[in-house]
Amino acid sequence: MSVVAITRYGGRLSAYVLGIAYGAVKIIGVILVIATFNFILVHAAPGDPAQVIAGQSGAADETLLRQIRSAYGLDQPYLVQLASSLKKTLTLDLGYSYRQQRTVLSLLLERLPATLLLTGTAFILSLVFGTALGTIAGTRAGKWSDTFFTIVSLLLYALPVFWLGLMLVLLFSVQLNWLPPFGYVTVGVEMTAWQRIADIASHMVLPTLSLAAVYLAIYARLMRSSIIEVKQQDFIKTARAKGVTESRIVMHHLLRNAILPVITVAGMQAGAVVGGAVVVETVFAWPGLGRLIYDAVLQRDYPVMQGIFLVMSIVVIGLNLLTEAVYRMVDPRISVRSVR
Amino acid sequence: MKNLASFLRHPAGVIGLVILTGVVVLAIVAPTLFPVDPWDMVAAPFQPPFDGETWLGSDMLGRDVAACIAYGARVSLLIGVSSTLAALAIGVTVGAVAGYFGGRVDDFLMRFVELFQTIPGFILAILLVATLGPSLTNVILAIGAVSWPQLARLTRAEFLRLRSREFVQAAVCQGQPPMSVVLRHILPNAVSPIIVTGSLMIASSILIESALSFMGLGDPNLMSWGFMIGASRSVMRQAWWMSVFPGVAIFLTVLAINLVGEGLNDTLNPRLSRKARGA
Repeated sequence: MSVVAITRYGGRLSAYVLGIAYGAVKIIGVILVIATFNFILVHAAPGDPAQVIAGQSGAADETLLRQIRSAYGLDQPYLVQLASSLKKTLTLDLGYSYRQQRTVLSLLLERLPATLLLTGTAFILSLVFGTALGTIAGTRAGKWSDTFFTIVSLLLYALPVFWLGLMLVLLFSVQLNWLPPFGYVTVGVEMTAWQRIADIASHMVLPTLSLAAVYLAIYARLMRSSIIEVKQQDFIKTARAKGVTESRIVMHHLLRNAILPVITVAGMQAGAVVGGAVVVETVFAWPGLGRLIYDAVLQRDYPVMQGIFLVMSIVVIGLNLLTEAVYRMVDPRISVRSVR
Repeated sequence: MKNLASFLRHPAGVIGLVILTGVVVLAIVAPTLFPVDPWDMVAAPFQPPFDGETWLGSDMLGRDVAACIAYGARVSLLIGVSSTLAALAIGVTVGAVAGYFGGRVDDFLMRFVELFQTIPGFILAILLVATLGPSLTNVILAIGAVSWPQLARLTRAEFLRLRSREFVQAAVCQGQPPMSVVLRHILPNAVSPIIVTGSLMIASSILIESALSFMGLGDPNLMSWGFMIGASRSVMRQAWWMSVFPGVAIFLTVLAINLVGEGLNDTLNPRLSRKARGA
């Protein structure tokens, strides 16, 4: 390793540390902003904040309201209330759902795995298939397969996620009876571990497809234009002039460079994917946070809504940091191999 | 005029424009075409479509699905356009201030924008509408409040680029106040990408609106496509038409606006889009 390489490597390491530090600051920043926001919302809602927190639209009894007022310090000055609610949020005390008679945190933790499973699978599937389709279209720009994929992605992009879900249920569950229409697992049946995994997987097909479709379209379109742009750059011509085989050019030179903007956009889209999960879970009665927020909205259960808002935002930051890490791994300009 | 001719050479854009015109006309003539209130019972419940009595069938309360779709077009277009205007007002202002002043102001505002982009917008919209109450104004404000960051980033980038150009420098040297430099010199030159992004945002606002009303967070006094689909869920096995037609309406409208947006992009930013096409 030359001196240049070592300093560059050192630069890379400190960039890495900086990245992690920045991520931590960002998470704390977002938590504080959301806690402030939640605080403002409860007070902006029409009516007595204690009634709002009780979530019983005026039907809560006086003892409960007094209990809530003292628990949330609602008789204190606003600034004191705000400070205590920020402190509570930072220690993950997300309050109590008077509707469900449970702490919000325990409710959320129970539902989080199902949401992570659904969003994670859809996120990865849309990225993998989106870039694959985009690559096919981009390397064959102008041919019929390119036109076909371009039209398909244009159509997918205009579909409302929840409607796509319902149409899939109508086709594959009601008409063809191939896949279960809703839920997470078949209830009341004895199953071995493998059968159970297969059962969950069959329940996951439709929700994952509906959630992934739109993003697949976005990534395919982006990958296509990115491939077309990179294809014309000098290093591709050089590689071709050197006699590198076409498949190697695509795999090693074209893909690695063309995928970078797709990864960036995927990170930016993470929030939208998580938002889409809310609607998909509602359609498919998927027992995750999205389904929970739907029930919370129906019952006007504010502590639960606010808790989900916070947790989902943290999930988005997690996905953001993950895509940043992938970007660093993929980017040929900052890889160790290119320094050698 | 030259722009119009150039737009008309874009086949996808023209198709989009034709569909969109159809939706707008439907929204305008809804009261003439269907003089009764869309909430009123006009036929027996669960009448299948193309059956004489109603065009697109009736729902579980005997409401005319076709009439509901026509009135829903008014709500979707109204909310799509007004929430985009709200997002434009916030986004362009924030982006212009950040891009024009630069430095610390820019840093601060961009961190703020970044934060807003991290927060899952749809969940924030749910929270806003659920807390403030599901009225037309609140839905518009909520969608505007979650859509502006993209416009702020775009406007900032354009302003940063134009800020250092000679004609802007000249205007500054002449002693023109910042407001006049921004409004008379920078903004007119930044307007075409803003128009393109804004037009595409109408489509995404319509999608957010339909998802909100699907979840029961639309204005309860207004008939909307998302509400129709939400209401059809429990009877999907008996009455497919109740969920299929409103979805097709959303799909066609969003597709049409996206196509028009792409056509506008090719017309207004020819250099940029030709590069993306690889020509």
